[in-house]
Amino acid sequence: MPKLLIRNGRVIDPANGRDEVADVLIRDGRIEAVGPGLSAGGAEILEAAGLVVAPGFIDMHAHLREPGFEHAETIETGCRAAAAGGFTSVCPMPNTAPVNDNPTVTRYIIERASRHACTNVFPVGAITAGSKGEALAEIGSMKQAGAVAISDDGLPVMNARVMRRAMETARSFGLPVIQHCEDLNLSAGGVMHEGMLSTRLGLRGIPGCAEDVIVARDILLAEDTGARYHVAHISTRRSLEMVAQAKAKGLAITCEATPHHISLSDATMPSYDSNYKMKPPLRSPEDVAAVADGIASGIVDAIATDHAPHPGSEKMQEFERCPFGIIGFETALGIALEVLYHSGKISLARLVALFTAGPAAILRLDRGTLSPGAAADVTIFDPERPWTYDLNKSLSKSRNSPYHGRTFRGGAAVTIVDGEVVWRRE
Amino acid sequence: MPRGMLGIEDLPRAEIEAILTRAKDFQPMQNHSFKRLDVLKGKMIVNLFYEASTRTRTSFEIAAKRLGADAISITAAGSSVSKGESLVDTLNTLAAMRPDAIVMRHAASGAPHFLARHLPTPIINAGDGTHEHPTQALLDARTILDQRPSLEGLRVAIIGDIIHSRVARSNIYLLSKFGVDIVLCGPAPLLPAELAGMAPGVRISHNIREAIRDADVIMMLRVQLERQHEAAFPAGEYFQFFGLRLEHLELARPNAIVMHPGPINRGREIASEVADSQVSVILNQVENGVAVRMAVLERILG
Repeated sequence: MPKLLIRNGRVIDPANGRDEVADVLIRDGRIEAVGPGLSAGGAEILEAAGLVVAPGFIDMHAHLREPGFEHAETIETGCRAAAAGGFTSVCPMPNTAPVNDNPTVTRYIIERASRHACTNVFPVGAITAGSKGEALAEIGSMKQAGAVAISDDGLPVMNARVMRRAMETARSFGLPVIQHCEDLNLSAGGVMHEGMLSTRLGLRGIPGCAEDVIVARDILLAEDTGARYHVAHISTRRSLEMVAQAKAKGLAITCEATPHHISLSDATMPSYDSNYKMKPPLRSPEDVAAVADGIASGIVDAIATDHAPHPGSEKMQEFERCPFGIIGFETALGIALEVLYHSGKISLARLVALFTAGPAAILRLDRGTLSPGAAADVTIFDPERPWTYDLNKSLSKSRNSPYHGRTFRGGAAVTIVDGEVVWRRE
Repeated sequence: MPRGMLGIEDLPRAEIEAILTRAKDFQPMQNHSFKRLDVLKGKMIVNLFYEASTRTRTSFEIAAKRLGADAISITAAGSSVSKGESLVDTLNTLAAMRPDAIVMRHAASGAPHFLARHLPTPIINAGDGTHEHPTQALLDARTILDQRPSLEGLRVAIIGDIIHSRVARSNIYLLSKFGVDIVLCGPAPLLPAELAGMAPGVRISHNIREAIRDADVIMMLRVQLERQHEAAFPAGEYFQFFGLRLEHLELARPNAIVMHPGPINRGREIASEVADSQVSVILNQVENGVAVRMAVLERILG
């Protein structure tokens, strides 16, 4: 296999505490060496001066819609869009049809990905059979088949006893439990954040406490069971406070934040525009600030997109009838740079960690680092170059994004998976 | 002139005043022969009702016809809507027939706003979900002005299921633009604190006696059982705490009036004795419905 030398980039590898201008040499799909002035020795040269060379980005929360909803996205199209956003690994949530609640589906996804995906795919298995919240799914077998976590994303486990059993089981198999925190009784019928805006618009609200009560309950259960527990797409100030307290107590509690929950609030969404409808909903400006601050203070461990494609036929409906979710692979880095780095909230090294070492540690993946010997997943990005997001050119099959036409400062330049360039900006 | 009328919230006060003034010309006492006018001759108005409605749909039809327009009414049942056609496709189909305006009622809040973004045809909101019902607020204001010289300085109590009421929202926006002192009253689960922040001059009470004290106008709302997705308040207790009874009226200002957008639930939110009493202007509201909708159609299409 040919060698590749990425030369003169700013190499940021948070797992190894590295942040310096250096070269990265790749051979046979592995990182061979990192350091200044490496000899090319016949390797193909990729000039990266002025760019950041980082470990490949990991999106630990996405929806690839395959099997079952191929009209919205496939593993192939989803991963192409992910690569265009700088992601080298994607973790699809189990809400496919059939639900990924057994090793046959897990293996099917991995097998499809090995043939059609340009990125790595690490499936998340379901917590309960059919994500119905009752009987546990085949957690151990899914782990053996390649699942890296369990979650009933979108259909949170409402029964505390079932959640406790799931945590006990997951702990015994060494898997983290990821929860979409939403008390379905409190949120029933809601379509946007409950507050002044939902009241004005005559739309039913999803109160912040719908998230908070589940976070509170699950932290108690995680403490009792010793499970590793991860809050998906955290969106409220109080949930962040509780996660911070749990961490201070030494519990194995982590959380992720999405780009949209740090960049958009209910106060700025255009009325009744379904491209602003997702779960958790766009919260109040205070919550949005709290999530960004939570990233800055280290409460948040990872940035994840919750990429949720839906075809136009489903999104082009009355607001209260259309499905929840927006696509997010291609805009995640641009948003993170703008809200977190260019604003001065965090360093580039910390930003890189949120996309790499952070999720890798939660999922215990041997990725997210440029250590010699590691798989050569590399994300090269330009932290400064302005570009404008044109949804019509999206590589996703779906077009449900509120960021069309938005200009970002900085974005992905080259995406390398296992030593192969899988995407390169024009 | 705006292209259509989606709500009161964004309607300037001067526009409201112009409509209310013009509506007076269309009131029965001003024009008893009901001769058809021809200001909208050759115009075509489509009434698209996705939700059952008697008085609003009928009064829009009468208003259009009195102005000389052609009006056709389509209800969801029995049309392509019941065959699963999406809202956008239905409206695109209708728009291709080039109506001059679409009057629309829909159970989803924001449905007319959603369409207005995709269609060039002016859309008049005849009630969207639990959001707005602009022509109802206009006819309510016309009705008050038939009894009072102006809206300024009045105290209006709005009583009932506020959170689910598009009538309340449009009335709050309208009355607030005229400096009316507004008291909202109802069971706590149907009256969240956010409602007080909707517009200047709005406050909240959970006590009907307190809400009615010194009111010039008492607007009762229908208890909308079809919009309550949970038992927010025991039905058996509702009338006891929030039903309007004769004994309440002495707390209000002399000559206070009682309004209701209809259809009324006698014995649930309003006692029969009140609904049928001298102070009730419920039938005046219905009459004004036609006059106000004529003024609105003329302004948008004339």
